[in-house]
Amino acid sequence: MAASARWNHVWVGSETGILKGVNLVRKQAVNFTEAAGRPRREEEVSALCWADAAESQILIGCANGTVKSFSTEEGKFLRSRCCPGGEGTFRGLAKHDGCLVTCVESGILRVWPEDSSEHIKELSVGPSVCRMRQDPDRPHIMATGGKENSLKVWDLQTSSREPVFRAKNVRNDWLNLRVPIWDQDIQFLSGSQKIVTCTGHRQVRVYDPASPQRRPVLETTYGEYPLMAMTLTPGGNSVVVGNTHGQLAEIDLRQGRLVCCLKGLAGSVRGLQCHPTQPILASCGLDRVLRVHRLREPRGLEHKVYLKSRLNCLLLSGRDNWEDEPRDPAPVPYEETETDELWDSLVPVVAGAKRKQRPLGAQPGGKKQQALGGPSPVSSL
Amino acid sequence: MARSGEAGGGGEDRRGAKRKAPAESPGEAPEDGATESGAPEQPQPRPAAFPPGFSISEIKNKQRRHFMFVRWKQQQRKEKLAAKKKLKKEREALGDKAPPKPVPKTIENQRVYDETIVDPNDEEVAYDEATDEFASHFNRQTSPKILITTSDRPRGRTVRFCEQLSTVIPNSHVYYRRGLALKRIIPQCISRDFTDLIVINEDRKIPNGLVLSHLPHGPTAHFRMSSVRLRKEIKRKGKEPTQHSPEVILNNFTTRLGHSIGRMFASLFPHDPQFIGRQVATFHNQRDYIFFRFHRYLFKSEKKVGIQELGPRFTLKLRSLQKGTFDSKYGEYEWVHKPREMDTSRRKFHL
Repeated sequence: MAASARWNHVWVGSETGILKGVNLVRKQAVNFTEAAGRPRREEEVSALCWADAAESQILIGCANGTVKSFSTEEGKFLRSRCCPGGEGTFRGLAKHDGCLVTCVESGILRVWPEDSSEHIKELSVGPSVCRMRQDPDRPHIMATGGKENSLKVWDLQTSSREPVFRAKNVRNDWLNLRVPIWDQDIQFLSGSQKIVTCTGHRQVRVYDPASPQRRPVLETTYGEYPLMAMTLTPGGNSVVVGNTHGQLAEIDLRQGRLVCCLKGLAGSVRGLQCHPTQPILASCGLDRVLRVHRLREPRGLEHKVYLKSRLNCLLLSGRDNWEDEPRDPAPVPYEETETDELWDSLVPVVAGAKRKQRPLGAQPGGKKQQALGGPSPVSSL
Repeated sequence: MARSGEAGGGGEDRRGAKRKAPAESPGEAPEDGATESGAPEQPQPRPAAFPPGFSISEIKNKQRRHFMFVRWKQQQRKEKLAAKKKLKKEREALGDKAPPKPVPKTIENQRVYDETIVDPNDEEVAYDEATDEFASHFNRQTSPKILITTSDRPRGRTVRFCEQLSTVIPNSHVYYRRGLALKRIIPQCISRDFTDLIVINEDRKIPNGLVLSHLPHGPTAHFRMSSVRLRKEIKRKGKEPTQHSPEVILNNFTTRLGHSIGRMFASLFPHDPQFIGRQVATFHNQRDYIFFRFHRYLFKSEKKVGIQELGPRFTLKLRSLQKGTFDSKYGEYEWVHKPREMDTSRRKFHL
């Protein structure tokens, strides 16, 4: 459904290689696979990012080293390009200056221009990378971090192979033992140069490259299990983190204090994203369910969608007028007349047989619509 | 005298009321009325003498209260029996046109609809299952080889349970734990081609937990085990289980999580059961508790089957399912049981 693809609120990538678009107002989830139509586990989606600020295209990083681009306007896959180099899955995808930036787990960060299949820049970031993130304010700045791979900030415009900022490990703990490093997720705080990371050793740390201190400026711990994903809340004062037990917590960065916990997840959190202006948080994880929580007034679960595969990553659309969309989007009648003319011009026997399908059907990608169950009251703002 | 008279009158009054239920005992009525307060006799039947809103529990005297209660209970029972008889007669009278019998509500009947219940025609779930970690067992590429061990320093009951479990599961080996760390045992098992690891946890001399880990990189399930009965504690049991591979029955694993756990159990047993042995292992899931039984069956005639229970029996409840081999601290959990969030409804089950 091309029209409905545009109205999808959340895009989720799963372990079976299927991209799922979820429309929360109409409570529908649609699967999108490539033209072949079958899900494939080799194409497990490991990274998703918007290709442009208008959110009309999505870049999908798959486990076999290909990056596909998908158009949300039309609801189909546009092209797929192979981005080899290094071992492991993609840990970060970004678009900068018309070029695609990819980072794989073994630490190879490459910049691929639009048309050619050769990379123009390559950086070696260090082994076991867990996340690469692009600064939304300054698109040429990338941050990477991983297991025993401390936070490094890279500038793609300079030609040096050294990071702009390399974080230092904290002091030895009270037993004089070295504190291990495991940066699982990185976020840039807007308005300043600060970077927040969450680690697999339950710490949330804030680094400030502008200050002469290379050690974290703020450090707090949460919970007993490794933190897997993190996102910034609107307002910029707190972050929401999720751990491998499915616990979501909002942590205030001004004091390093726990604000609230969100209930509901049963499995490890793999993807978290908060809406840029509204207090809406989407989370997905290994328990195969996408949940949308509301962070403030009133705090709680709003929507719950069962999507049948384990979910790896998600993208929340940053549109503002979410809840006010019409139930039946306007462009649909126009398209019907267009296709009706098409059918009329065909041979009657064939047209009669095909009219059994829905007029908007016969798209190249294999798609199935699933009805959502579960409680999801649509609250009006 | 007045008081004893009243007590006597009251006693007679009660018994009188018992003989004829909406009692009129005209003999006692004026006498009681006279002894109590000289109030004018009431023409209404005896039970209406009590003020409305009166309940038996307000009588302070235990003996009288008990008597009234017993009488009320008998009355209820009689009424219920009469109603049943009447219904039965009506039913027989109507014959074929009788309305169908109402089905009694059970907790399983009233189960909350779970959206994760697997639809057999669902392609995505079928693909997910066909390519999950157990696919190599179900494609017959690997055959199971199980390592059974316990927590450190097991007591006699657990040791015997492990031995009996190893006779039930073919191609399984029991090893003494020796205080070794599981994370060190697992790479060694993988190099020796084991496909599954079972760890029986023991507390206070009885086994109370089970960790089942599928080996190359498979999921790890942690169960709480209860009601463990060894072979000698089972009444009317048969002889020892033989070496034949048993058939496996998995009952009632309907949701997606249930499917994963069911496949996990099925991958413990070899693919081809030997029907000569007539042995069957059953994992029956009811209300999120998994009951394990091991039987030998015998067809006495075309329609009659006899079963003998062999082997140990135990009950499991899933606590968590972790992706990857055993790593409780740093592993990622696919499902964790959270009692305060998940056990709020008595009619909602997860397996």
